[in-house]
Amino acid sequence: MPTFEYAPAPESRAVVDLQPSYGLFIGGEFVDPVDGTSMKTVNPATEEVLSEVAVGGAADVDRAVKAARRAYERTWSRMPAAERGKYLFRIARILQERGRELAVLESLDNGKPIRESRDVDVPLAAAHFFYHAGWADKLAWAGLHGAALGPDGVPLPLGVAGQVIPWNFPLLMLAWKVAPALATGNTVVLKPAETTPLTALLFADICRQADLPPGVVNIVTGAGATGAALVGHPDVDKVAFTGSTAVGREIARTVAGSRKKLTLELGGKAANIVFDDAAIDETVEGIVDGIFFNQGHVCCAGSRLLVQETIAEEVVGRLQQRMSQLRVGDPLDKNTDVGAVNSAEQLQRITDLAAVGDAEGAQRWTAPCPLPENGFWFSPTLFTNVSPAHTIARDEIFGPVLSVMTFRTPSEAVTKANTTPYGLSAGIWTEKGSRILWMADRLRAGVVWANTFNRFDPTSPFGGYKESGYGREGGRHGLAAYVKEA
Amino acid sequence: MTATTPALTDRVRDVLGSTTLDDASLRRWLHGLPGVDEVGAHGRAAMLGTRSIKTTSKAWALDLAVSMVDLTTLEGADSFGTVRSLCAKARVPDADDPACPKVAAVCVYNDLVPVAVEALAGSGVKVAAVTTAFPSGRASLAVKLADTRDAVQAGADEIDMVIDRGAFLSGRYLKVFEEIVAVREVCDEAVALHGRRAHLKVILETGELSTYDNVRRASWLAMLAGGDFIKTSTGKVSPAATLPVTLVMLEAVRDWAALTGEIIGVKPAGGIRTAKDAIKHLVLVHETAGERWLDPDLFRFGASSLLNDLLLQRRRMRTGVYASPDRLTLAT
Repeated sequence: MPTFEYAPAPESRAVVDLQPSYGLFIGGEFVDPVDGTSMKTVNPATEEVLSEVAVGGAADVDRAVKAARRAYERTWSRMPAAERGKYLFRIARILQERGRELAVLESLDNGKPIRESRDVDVPLAAAHFFYHAGWADKLAWAGLHGAALGPDGVPLPLGVAGQVIPWNFPLLMLAWKVAPALATGNTVVLKPAETTPLTALLFADICRQADLPPGVVNIVTGAGATGAALVGHPDVDKVAFTGSTAVGREIARTVAGSRKKLTLELGGKAANIVFDDAAIDETVEGIVDGIFFNQGHVCCAGSRLLVQETIAEEVVGRLQQRMSQLRVGDPLDKNTDVGAVNSAEQLQRITDLAAVGDAEGAQRWTAPCPLPENGFWFSPTLFTNVSPAHTIARDEIFGPVLSVMTFRTPSEAVTKANTTPYGLSAGIWTEKGSRILWMADRLRAGVVWANTFNRFDPTSPFGGYKESGYGREGGRHGLAAYVKEA
Repeated sequence: MTATTPALTDRVRDVLGSTTLDDASLRRWLHGLPGVDEVGAHGRAAMLGTRSIKTTSKAWALDLAVSMVDLTTLEGADSFGTVRSLCAKARVPDADDPACPKVAAVCVYNDLVPVAVEALAGSGVKVAAVTTAFPSGRASLAVKLADTRDAVQAGADEIDMVIDRGAFLSGRYLKVFEEIVAVREVCDEAVALHGRRAHLKVILETGELSTYDNVRRASWLAMLAGGDFIKTSTGKVSPAATLPVTLVMLEAVRDWAALTGEIIGVKPAGGIRTAKDAIKHLVLVHETAGERWLDPDLFRFGASSLLNDLLLQRRRMRTGVYASPDRLTLAT
């Protein structure tokens, strides 16, 4: 009997209308950059050049901030809050209507599987707009204690927000940033990641389609220098950044001593803690989801697996069996589980860190998944014999690499989980409810998942402890980051 | 207490790791199995439901699904005529396409076994009989065994028995276990009569077990007692076969094989009506238990209307257009 091969089931690219080149979206129009440079954005699964995108310089950032300031003063801050809500609802609906287009574009530019962009990224991005649209005219009831209030008792916006987002969830991070800023009455200048600007540029088109007043949302593409110019611009009132801890530190330095309000959502090295009474099959799924979701390019990825010694061998065995079934390949194939690494640079970093794992004595196991020839790929990888002192147990790899360690008692698990400079997320797997609560009290992480992992919801605040950053996004806490303090 | 065969007892005691076989030891063993997280199981089943099976793999899966159907009629109104008609359909599911595979078996009440045996003689299609006071199972063991013996003597190849859900839910695991063992012994009587065993499918009636933990425990109990197949439902209770239930049962046979080396089959029954549903189940089999189970000897669909939808989809694959359902034959 032949085996059950899944025939290729590619999502069509026809739905996406790619331009050969894109300008900057400033004041409601696409404009050429002042100094005229550009960069190429490639499909990481094939290394095909998708488009040329403008690189914004300091003058472009200045233009964008001015456009945002003008829109803030003349239109957006004067508009009745219910009207702002209408725009957000409209954007949310268009995100849903153009969901397939956004999903395909995201997978093309980022390398993530279409199943994920279709079922996670785009629906969640729309959900963030819907959620914040509802808040727009209800801010007085959001319980934002300590906020400066206007004469009508409504918390006051800050002004112009400069936002810099990463390449791992390009559209979703845009939604996390833009939706709360607009709902609270701010205008924004957003700098998408260098390698994944395309969905942000499609979002610019959606803003026009929604008749959003010009200048309320401005998108300036570019690399690190563009982001630095935005963060350092004197007329920006609020800086929001998601990305690496190293860049986050730079930004904190730049912003220090200024009036700018700052939120940072940085790296992580989350512990996924498995007790021996866990529901084993679902736990294995959760571990896989925790680290191989989005190729492990997730700041809150469960990259450190802490397993109770009594079941360590069984869990690793089952994990290897499960990992062998992962379908790595064409991101646009609807049956792909793990897509391409986003860039050659990131692939190099993952490869280097994995090599350090070998050198320091950890035992590498690689899933026997065939990889495509072109593009940037890294097989799902598991390291056992990892000690907490190893580099792969401490540094954020940001790739499909899982480090497995063991523990014997709940308090040992807590100590090991907390021994990291980061503190973004953690996972607990046990059938015992009281232990979940006991652990959650002691884990120093912004999000603790129990018997699940990588669940996101716009109503739930997300953010880190320690070097994973400060401030929260989502929920009422997320609104607080975009209003003036009394 | 029913006498169990010594070989079975040794095997059971090996697996249980206990020298006594009673409710308490069974309970310790079954409750020591890992739990099932309902949200996680639903999530996994839903994710596998998004697999996109197209072109060649779809054609292959449709044929496989046809060959796995236990074409079933379990109505009070069944007559000799309806059973003969069902058997004719089982032999030749699609009269216009000789390449169409036969179904695996025809499943009827035990008094209709002789009719089905005669109608299917020489076809290779098996006859399955539901016994043990199907569907409720509320009868004495003597009656259940007589019911089964009747079917075995009439030539049934496969026996679909029900477990005593009342006993299971009240923790009387030994009673459930012993009944399965006793029915299995009756199945073995077929060797003397017909030169082969009757295969035993154990219906858990998962809709009455309520929790996935119970589904997992009942699966293991049925495998321990010597069932050849574990089957979700009678089709008389809702919900019947759902993807998460089949998932949990597939995990059970996979883990049982790893523990004992015995390969047990799985049969979801009831509620699977479309080719799409059937293919989702096959994906589940493929990615949970593995390739080994993509075989009519190890995976079956208990269904009736499913067959015609599979045939419609087969025609659609061949011709590119949907045929009118009127072109297909009725099963009964």
